[in-house]
Amino acid sequence: MKDFLRVFFSRPIPLVGLVIFAVIVALALLAPLLFGRGPFIIVGMPLLPPGAPGLLAGSDVLGRDMAVGLAYGARISLLVGITSTLCAVGIGVLLGAVAGYYGGWLDDLLMRVTEFFQIIPSFVLLMVLVAFLQPSLSSTVIGIALVTWPQVARVVRGEFLSLRGREFVQAARTLGMRDARIIFTQVLPNALPPIIVVGSMMVGSAILTESALSFLGLGDPNLLSWGSMIGGSRSAMWVAWWTTVLPGLAIMITVLALNFIGDGLNDALNPRRRR
Amino acid sequence: MNRLSYIGARLVKTVLITIAVVLLSFFLVRLAPGDTATVMAGQGGFADEAFMKSLRAEYGLDQPVLVQLWKYISAVAGGDLGNSFVRRQPVLDVILERLPNTLLLNAFALLVAVAGGVLMGMAAARRPGSTTDASMTVLSMIFYAMPQFWLGMMAMLVFSVWLGWLPPFGLETMGADYTGLARLGDIAVHMILPGVTLALYFMASYARLTRTAMIEVADQDFVKTARAKGIGEGQVARRHILRNALVPLITFAGLQSAILVGGSVLVENVFSWPGVGTLAYEAVTTRDNPLLLGIFIVTAVLVSLFNLVTDIAYSIADPRVEQGR
Repeated sequence: MKDFLRVFFSRPIPLVGLVIFAVIVALALLAPLLFGRGPFIIVGMPLLPPGAPGLLAGSDVLGRDMAVGLAYGARISLLVGITSTLCAVGIGVLLGAVAGYYGGWLDDLLMRVTEFFQIIPSFVLLMVLVAFLQPSLSSTVIGIALVTWPQVARVVRGEFLSLRGREFVQAARTLGMRDARIIFTQVLPNALPPIIVVGSMMVGSAILTESALSFLGLGDPNLLSWGSMIGGSRSAMWVAWWTTVLPGLAIMITVLALNFIGDGLNDALNPRRRR
Repeated sequence: MNRLSYIGARLVKTVLITIAVVLLSFFLVRLAPGDTATVMAGQGGFADEAFMKSLRAEYGLDQPVLVQLWKYISAVAGGDLGNSFVRRQPVLDVILERLPNTLLLNAFALLVAVAGGVLMGMAAARRPGSTTDASMTVLSMIFYAMPQFWLGMMAMLVFSVWLGWLPPFGLETMGADYTGLARLGDIAVHMILPGVTLALYFMASYARLTRTAMIEVADQDFVKTARAKGIGEGQVARRHILRNALVPLITFAGLQSAILVGGSVLVENVFSWPGVGTLAYEAVTTRDNPLLLGIFIVTAVLVSLFNLVTDIAYSIADPRVEQGR
């Protein structure tokens, strides 16, 4: 653990990522306290530029405070990014572990499914899933998890394949442990580092995917997210740049911070990358 | 294993993928609340029980699932993807009408991405760890963090709204009625912004891949031999290193094509490019489920065909893969 922290903080990039991410999380958590009225309240004239009285980030097409929208948008992005990744990791670990531990036809079948998901255009499939389930927060999370779990499954399977023949697994088997217990208490803890690295990278891409869905109008209609802010301001872009530039910057900074953290985790957890 | 049986095995795989896509679609339809009959009745405004029953009989919805599945598979195999709810036209016809525009945009983007990425990768590989190399790593990190549709909007804001250099949307100038070469030029100018936006994301990956491959290949014995023979550094890089480093790009182009199609949906929408991507958006907003599903089937089959082509091309460029399996 000490070693992990030393490597993680040895370069400035992961630290910068962590600080930015902490600020965004704080903003998301404090949004209802800071702006209790919610993001849908009209506060003034439409399309006021940033810096207009009381409007730090200007107002949007309907005269709503952009700063409030940005703070509330962070809640949706983080919520979707984290929960959909957790779901995907859950499915991926379960199926990847079974495939890697048992091998044989189960493994073959799972690898074919993974390959299938790599070959089909998953964003189009995601659009179909969300549209057919009706756009909502839960259909977004389920949809993203359903198209991203194969990435996790591949990594977990690989780890299990290389770990299942080791002495400590044989020892556990000789002790009479059941397979489920060996998988979860013996092998899985040793396979965790790469799972954490992949998971940290997936949060950022899930946030990007969510923003794309809500940009196309496939987000939850009752929630304001960064993607829907951009989608709703398309017609105003010509006269009010801030309506599209600011939410996009918010997405970019959040994803960048997450990728910086992921990079640091990769350095600290992947022995091959240690120098 | 010879080339013919390798290609045969890949063909079988492509057919299996297509079947899996159709099976998946059949079950996706069942995700939506209500069946075709309720949707159609809902559009009609009013329907009594008897009318619903006759609708269900007409569309075979009262038959066992396996019978419905069999009918569905044979319909899709015959090119019947159902009818668009909104347009009242066969789904396949609607898609095929838009498909050429999407293929054009994607081919252009792929070309730009490969050409730009290879050049950037070569520049970075010349001296690993140099400023060029480091700044490219930073740039690609930033590109990966941007929503692609937003990158397109920013490009439009700068190059169309502020600078006024390029047309912001559409396939060609409305009402200009250019013909022949003038029309081609007009379309080319309209294609620059969406094409480069789509390409930029992939350019970073191609650059990274070329860089790694070039550094790897540069270390091998045949390159040392070439240098020992007294061949100039530039020619070693182009003739010996690059030619071998490019081979993995072929497979990569195949694997990335699925992501390219997803990006195309968004970029087409930003730039109002009249392709399958804007059609998908129209299908979403008008709740035209058969059309949306048809787009999924068609794009999935096209991507798997493209993967078949790149795999065959790879086996020609690097015959070792045929022995692999």
